[in-house]
Amino acid sequence: MPEAGPARRPLAIDADREFEALLLATIVLLPFLLMLLPAAFERLRLSPALGAGLVALAAALPLAWLAPAVLGGGTVLASVEWVPVLGLELAFRLDGLSMLFVGLILGIGLLVILYAHYYLSDEDRNGRFFAYLLAFMGAMLGVVTSDNLLLLVVFWELTSLTSFLLIGFWRGAAEARQGARLALLITGAGGLALLAGVLLIGDIVGTYSLGAVLASGDAIRADPRYPLVLALVLAGAFTKSAQFPFHFWLPHAMAAPTPVSAYLHSATMVKAGIFLLMRLWPALAGTDAWFWAVSTTGLVTMLFAAWVALFKHDLKGLLAYSTVSQLGLIMLLLGLGTPYAELAALFHLLNHAVFKASLFMAAGIVDHETGTRDMRRLSGLARQMPITAALATVACGAMAGVPLLNGFLSKEMFFAQTFGIGTAQWVWLLPAAATLGGLLSVAYSARFVHDVFFGAPAGDLPRKPHEPPRFMRVPVEILVVTCLLVGLAPALTIEPVLRFATPALLQGPLPEFTLAIWHGFNLPLAMSAIALLGGIGLYAWRRGQGALSRDHAARLSGKQLVESAMDGLREACAVLGDALERGGLRLSIVTFLIASLAVGYAGFAGTWPEATLSPGGVPAMTWVAASILVVATLATVGFHRERMAAVVAIGVVGLLVSVTFVKFSAPDLALTQLLVEVITVLLFLLAMYFLPARSPREGGVARRSVDALLSLAAGGGVAALTYAMLLSPPDTISHFFNAAAKPEGGGYNVVNVILVDFRALDTLGEITVLGIAALGVVAMLDGARLGGPLADSEGRPWTSQRQSLFLQVMSRPLLPMALLVSLYLLLRGHNLPGGGFIGGLVTATAIVVQYLAWGTAWVDQRLTVRYLAVAASGIAIAAVTGLAAIGVGAPFLTSTFGYFTGPVVGTFELASAMVFDLGVYVAVVGVVLAILATIGRQHVVVDKA
Amino acid sequence: METLFSAALGLLVAAGVYLTLRPRLFSVLLGLTLLSYAVNLFLLASGGLLAGRVPLTDQPPPWPDPLPQALILTAIVISFGMTAFLIVLALRAVAEKGHDHVEGREEEGGR
Repeated sequence: MPEAGPARRPLAIDADREFEALLLATIVLLPFLLMLLPAAFERLRLSPALGAGLVALAAALPLAWLAPAVLGGGTVLASVEWVPVLGLELAFRLDGLSMLFVGLILGIGLLVILYAHYYLSDEDRNGRFFAYLLAFMGAMLGVVTSDNLLLLVVFWELTSLTSFLLIGFWRGAAEARQGARLALLITGAGGLALLAGVLLIGDIVGTYSLGAVLASGDAIRADPRYPLVLALVLAGAFTKSAQFPFHFWLPHAMAAPTPVSAYLHSATMVKAGIFLLMRLWPALAGTDAWFWAVSTTGLVTMLFAAWVALFKHDLKGLLAYSTVSQLGLIMLLLGLGTPYAELAALFHLLNHAVFKASLFMAAGIVDHETGTRDMRRLSGLARQMPITAALATVACGAMAGVPLLNGFLSKEMFFAQTFGIGTAQWVWLLPAAATLGGLLSVAYSARFVHDVFFGAPAGDLPRKPHEPPRFMRVPVEILVVTCLLVGLAPALTIEPVLRFATPALLQGPLPEFTLAIWHGFNLPLAMSAIALLGGIGLYAWRRGQGALSRDHAARLSGKQLVESAMDGLREACAVLGDALERGGLRLSIVTFLIASLAVGYAGFAGTWPEATLSPGGVPAMTWVAASILVVATLATVGFHRERMAAVVAIGVVGLLVSVTFVKFSAPDLALTQLLVEVITVLLFLLAMYFLPARSPREGGVARRSVDALLSLAAGGGVAALTYAMLLSPPDTISHFFNAAAKPEGGGYNVVNVILVDFRALDTLGEITVLGIAALGVVAMLDGARLGGPLADSEGRPWTSQRQSLFLQVMSRPLLPMALLVSLYLLLRGHNLPGGGFIGGLVTATAIVVQYLAWGTAWVDQRLTVRYLAVAASGIAIAAVTGLAAIGVGAPFLTSTFGYFTGPVVGTFELASAMVFDLGVYVAVVGVVLAILATIGRQHVVVDKA
Repeated sequence: METLFSAALGLLVAAGVYLTLRPRLFSVLLGLTLLSYAVNLFLLASGGLLAGRVPLTDQPPPWPDPLPQALILTAIVISFGMTAFLIVLALRAVAEKGHDHVEGREEEGGR
């Protein structure tokens, strides 16, 4: 008894673990699984935003369950093998860092959904919008929770794809399409670089599992490929997080609906690059290369983008460049590489997400209520929309780093981190640059607030401005209150969050830190003061100079570079295509022929098998058959312009091929060939009515001579190849099939057992292709206006009325007999020549005979099934038979058989493969009749016309 | 026997290629049909030419190679599907343009 307790406990823990893993996977997968819910809501005339919000809430519920475990310092893991050969698994990890991001993505996501409900007009296809948004949310959740680096790359690319859809949502606008394409191009290319980097990491570490990679930092840094790994990973992160010189896609992405900008371009997607570097910080950081590459890029981006932001006239353009600048600031902190700097980076990332999302929303409200985002036209809006003005002012204050707001705290930490970097004479450089960055951010924040909300009332706005709907403002209010709460009481609000998230980031102990509004008079405070006063001064000075209202001529921009590169690529492709496509189809075929002849004949060089011919001469009957084949083939070529004669001749060739199958031990093939030949000739005859009776003589003697030479060369080559093959000692892989046909497949007819059992998947594919061909025939003739001739070539008028009495009398008893024979052929197929294909062809032929004898209308009245549906149900029967195997735990299309004894019939065998063959039978009947009846009905249309 | 078989196959291929190079869809169709005969017979030959037997394992060996036969059986049916589609393509071409020239336009001085 005492042993029972300990023995059971791990079980209980495992069950808990499994449940937690399931919950974790649910968070990521739910947005994907339910992404169509908003569209369904739209159909039901409910708000699609409600559907999206419910999904986001549902994804957040498991987080609430898992939070205690993670807050206690644990890590929730979930993994399922996906492509084990590649080392790719569906592995998720929820630790402090990923939980922080999950919270951010879901929290801001919910606010954005609420905001978008009011922002989007009803004419926009809102169901589609929210479906994209949910897919993006799922992809982003996947990025931050992936425990497998390859999986992370998969989700990473998914964020690029979904953001492409979201940026280009208003696809009527050229700007939106261009912006979407640009973003996809840049971030997608970065994603490829990241994939290469991840593959290298996997090669160094031996696994893509994040836990192992983070623990192998020393091995990675010591590896000679480290610089390459770093460059590739940074290329991914810099493109995604819009770092200089890859920043230019972000401003163009502002063509997206504003909720998208608030979500993707402030809080989530552009943070993915930063998240990646945070996630991989323990594995990659701590080297000189990291320090220089990351901090220099961050510094340049921060200063450059802040300067550009000041001179943008578009509200969203200003916010876009300010985002780039703030991302540069965070990147710079990451580059510094100390644990404390990482903490500051994480803190500023959160603050930026909050205030920038609210600012985008505020900009959207201004745009929505006034009809413009141009700061040269906007002015004095604080009178008409005082609440929005107050909210935006506070958020701008946070962005500028005004005391008592959240941005102030993280910026102070940033300033404090800039000291003591570099050699003695350059030690001032970084603090000075940091102060300059802060100063510029104050200047553009001041411009945002002052130009839009203060000053004289604007005169020529497209709409009369007023406050937005009450609930459109709620998301902004929540975010701005968060700015205030964090800024006023950091120790109560944000400090615990940072305390639990940072150790997961560092994979090590937390550095000592305290968050307080007042640290006393020190250098960072002085820098803040300089930045604040200087920034306002700069804004006032530039405004006084009129620099802020001038049009800045577009200089060489990244977008232009990319577009001219794309144009060049397109032209190169056109040149190449023209070079390859010069003389139409014939030249293409001739080129292909000559190439394959050259390769084929080269293969014979110096090798010829040595073997003796089979003993005995050729029987006389074979000579006769061969002579007929030769004559019929030559007749087909000779009469090919007299089309009817050619059809007859080629029918004879087909019969001879069938005879050849009989001779060389292939009864199934002979039957199939014979039946297909009959049906093909019928098909030709049906079509001949509409086609020209003769082909004109085209092309000169020269052309025909060239063609003849090529043909003879090809024929000679194939003859030589066949001869060589026939002389080679026979070698086969079919012993398995012969040996296993009866014991494993339950049939003696090996050909049929291969078709319906060993290679049943191929057969399933084949009948599907047939179904598609039938569908193509029906679709191609749908709406075709065929004009048939009214009289034959000798002037006798055609008629569809008179049918052969003889045929009519014969066809009546033929039908049941033929059906019986086809059934017999179908059932015996497993053991004797026959099977689904042959049986189906016999049935189809029998029914076609009825059409011929009685006419289309007569048969259609009596046989009212739709043949395409018959074909589809045949494919369905075959597929369901295969699925049934899965139902009993065997792989798809596994077959079984057994012996049964009944009265009268005695012992008989039933195999599940027979049901599959029945599906083949039904599909073949449906396909053949669909094709023939569709062409046949064209005649009726012509008669009526 | 091997010589005769190879020669007949060569003739089918030569005729098929020549017709495939003609400018009318109808001739191309004839050519492709001949080529598919040739390819099927070639596949059959790849298993060795064994006369007068059956691929049924309740009969005494030797058995012909069943694998090429299974391949050919599907190939015959698939080429029927292709033939049907090409015929309808020709029909549609005639309906839209009044002729079935492969380049979609009549050659000058053709008649």
